[in-house]
Amino acid sequence: MRGATRVKWAVGVTVVALTAAACGSSGDSGGSGSSTGGSGGGIVRASWGDPQNPLEPANTNEVQGGKVLDMVFRGLKIYNPKTAKAENMIAQSITSTDSQNFDIKLKTGWTFSNGEPVNADSFINAWNFDTQLKNAQLNASFFSYIDGYDKVHPDAQGAKASATTLSGLTKVSDTEFKVRLNQKFALFPDTLGYAAFDPLPQAFFTNRQAWLAKPIGNGPYEISSYTKGSKMELKKWDGYKGPDPAQNGGVELRVYTDNNTAYTDLQAGNIDLVDDIPVTQLRNVKSDLGSRYINEPAGIIQTISFPLYSPRWSSANSAKVRQGLSMAINRQQITDQIFQQTRTPATDWTSPVLGDAGGYKAGLCGQECTFNASKAKQLIAEGGGLPGGRITISYNADTGSHKEWIDAVCNSINNALGNNKACVGAPVGTFADFRNRITSKQMNDPFRAGWQMDYPLIQDFLQPQYYTGASSNDSHYSNANFDKLVNQANAAGSASDSVSTFQKAEKQLVTDMPAIPLWYQNGSAGYSTNLSNVALNPFSVPVYNEIKVK
Amino acid sequence: MGRYVIRRLLQMIPVFIGSTFLIFFMVYALGDPVAALFGDRAPDPATAAQIRADLHLNDPLWKQYLIYMKNIFTGDFGTAFNGESVTSLMGSAFPVTIRLTIVAILFEIVIGIALGVLTGMKRGKPVDTGVLLLTLVVISVPTFVTGYVLQYLFGVQWGWVSPSVSPEAPFNELILPGLVLALVSLAYVTRLTRTSIAENTRADYLRTAVAKGLPRRRIIVRHLLRNSLIPVVTFIGTDVGFLMGGAIVTERIFNIHGVGYQLYQGILRNNAPTVVGFVTILVLVFLIANLLVDLLYAVLDPRIRYA
Repeated sequence: MRGATRVKWAVGVTVVALTAAACGSSGDSGGSGSSTGGSGGGIVRASWGDPQNPLEPANTNEVQGGKVLDMVFRGLKIYNPKTAKAENMIAQSITSTDSQNFDIKLKTGWTFSNGEPVNADSFINAWNFDTQLKNAQLNASFFSYIDGYDKVHPDAQGAKASATTLSGLTKVSDTEFKVRLNQKFALFPDTLGYAAFDPLPQAFFTNRQAWLAKPIGNGPYEISSYTKGSKMELKKWDGYKGPDPAQNGGVELRVYTDNNTAYTDLQAGNIDLVDDIPVTQLRNVKSDLGSRYINEPAGIIQTISFPLYSPRWSSANSAKVRQGLSMAINRQQITDQIFQQTRTPATDWTSPVLGDAGGYKAGLCGQECTFNASKAKQLIAEGGGLPGGRITISYNADTGSHKEWIDAVCNSINNALGNNKACVGAPVGTFADFRNRITSKQMNDPFRAGWQMDYPLIQDFLQPQYYTGASSNDSHYSNANFDKLVNQANAAGSASDSVSTFQKAEKQLVTDMPAIPLWYQNGSAGYSTNLSNVALNPFSVPVYNEIKVK
Repeated sequence: MGRYVIRRLLQMIPVFIGSTFLIFFMVYALGDPVAALFGDRAPDPATAAQIRADLHLNDPLWKQYLIYMKNIFTGDFGTAFNGESVTSLMGSAFPVTIRLTIVAILFEIVIGIALGVLTGMKRGKPVDTGVLLLTLVVISVPTFVTGYVLQYLFGVQWGWVSPSVSPEAPFNELILPGLVLALVSLAYVTRLTRTSIAENTRADYLRTAVAKGLPRRRIIVRHLLRNSLIPVVTFIGTDVGFLMGGAIVTERIFNIHGVGYQLYQGILRNNAPTVVGFVTILVLVFLIANLLVDLLYAVLDPRIRYA
């Protein structure tokens, strides 16, 4: 019946609106954002995607929601947009003598935009909430290093939590709290720039529904209106006391379902910033935008992972086959032809955004990741040939246009082996189904995998993906030497020792090749002549607060 | 008439239950949505189990369906993964799509029927051949091609309209998308009307009307058009449902946040409440539109009576 009344209402409106349309359509060419006004107010009109989950810090694990958290929240640390180094934000100091017990002192004077102070409780309460099993926060596992995690968030299915607070967190004063970890983890302070560790105001705990409708944070922007699924308006928070206040009046995020439309809108001057250039436009983007096109490495690596639990790939010789496949892929040609240089051929398992100090090492993989057709054929033959004579590479067909490059990779392998049927792509309908098959260990052949870093640390590229039993170890790779080196690296006394030990562990991946590194993904963005000082951070998200509007 | 309507409305109940179950079953068959929530990261088992329990995903299919139906009758269509209730998604999406559909239907009626009458009257003349060729072109070019081309020409090249529609989606911004959405159906309406008119121009009652010396305008509108409209009305009626559900492509191109957009998101994210809720409403729209078409027959042709 709802529908019926609505029809009646809509029909009634038609007559009115059609007369309005007659007058309205002529004066509409100057852009439709009359409610916000693209000019004058210094508002950045930017493209956006609908966040997948409610906008809670520990429940947001994708870029679109992350964009908002980046603007609305500030955590203990922040990653320098240029160097990716973790720098203190709210933290005055984070010290430890044994890489296991950390003493966190906070700067004074920070408040949330509703006036509440940011103090030790803001963090302790938030972290406890984020961990509690009943809240089902997607990023709960980020707190797993903190002592008492297994009591608050038991991992076994059906187990009940026996505590509601993390025993590893102790408040010393309003500006100081201590964190005890359940293992040594030298790089722990550098992880605290991740959004999951953001503080939460009391308002969140008293009325979570109201807070979710319009999140309140402590960052340079506050949310002035949020229409779920279509747009969010953020305005500069004048009370912000941090070192990085907004350089513009505000940001309007508009949801686009199709990045082609966003790009067309940019050309028509209807929007100022598009941070996802559609693949089909890559050919024209330089002539369309010139220097207003950004294309730079982001903390994302694409790989082809192998199901090492499958009998097809579990034999000792199979590593040679995997190495051979890696050498059969002409990465340079594919990144040039298909991706128009928006990917960079990978030569290790991390990302260039880490920088040399952070653990990136160009060429670490060596000849095993360099195209060499004859050597590839030889290695695969030595390893006993492809299992069953042919392989498939699975991918999800719904988003991300993976088909083109998977076909190209297979082509490259087929050419190297001189066999047209050696490799074919195997599309899976939806991303959900694709991930399900992987997590329930149903794969028999390699599948595409992408890893976007949570924080710019070599640890984040290696441990979650390749440590025995780790949360995202989709290959179910397990190697005693690798695990031992990772443990050593985590317990190392200094960050540089830690990084170099992680690199030793990474060398083990060359021998075992549980996943073939393909390329590092670049972040791309384009902007209108209204804007200047546009840059992408290491997570390929625009640094909104530094954008200047003409 | 009244009894006929009641009978038709009662028939809708089994159709409604059957279709919701089928859709529920199909979305269920797509697989477990929880894994996708975690992106490329493997879900931690405890959190995943908690989410599954919250969404009743551990129950057998029939039980999930019963829970869902029970909630529907209390007005609760469930919650999308972004925390928004499906009812409020409908509240924002349906008005937009209804406006888009109205624009499209108006184009079909006004342009489609006018061209149909014109070509039907001037059979074999250059106008007729020209319009026929044009409709052939329109039918054979896919919507996404016409959509992107018109968007680029009107939106970027000439700058007459904004290439995308703002979230409020007022009528004046929906003219171009409405035209794109209507184009193919418009071509069919033209052809249907033309054939029907062409046939009826040779009918006895029309010759009688001409012989009586009625004014030409009255002959065409009252006698010829009214009798020729029955197949066209049938087509337009079923088209209402088709346009509302099938606007996915158009809504994507012009960034309209309507029903097609919500359905697309729901399918991508494997969110049963969104998909089933929206499709259920679409099924109802379809059924009601069909009923209205049947009732319109009686208005157009007094010989048709319902008991």
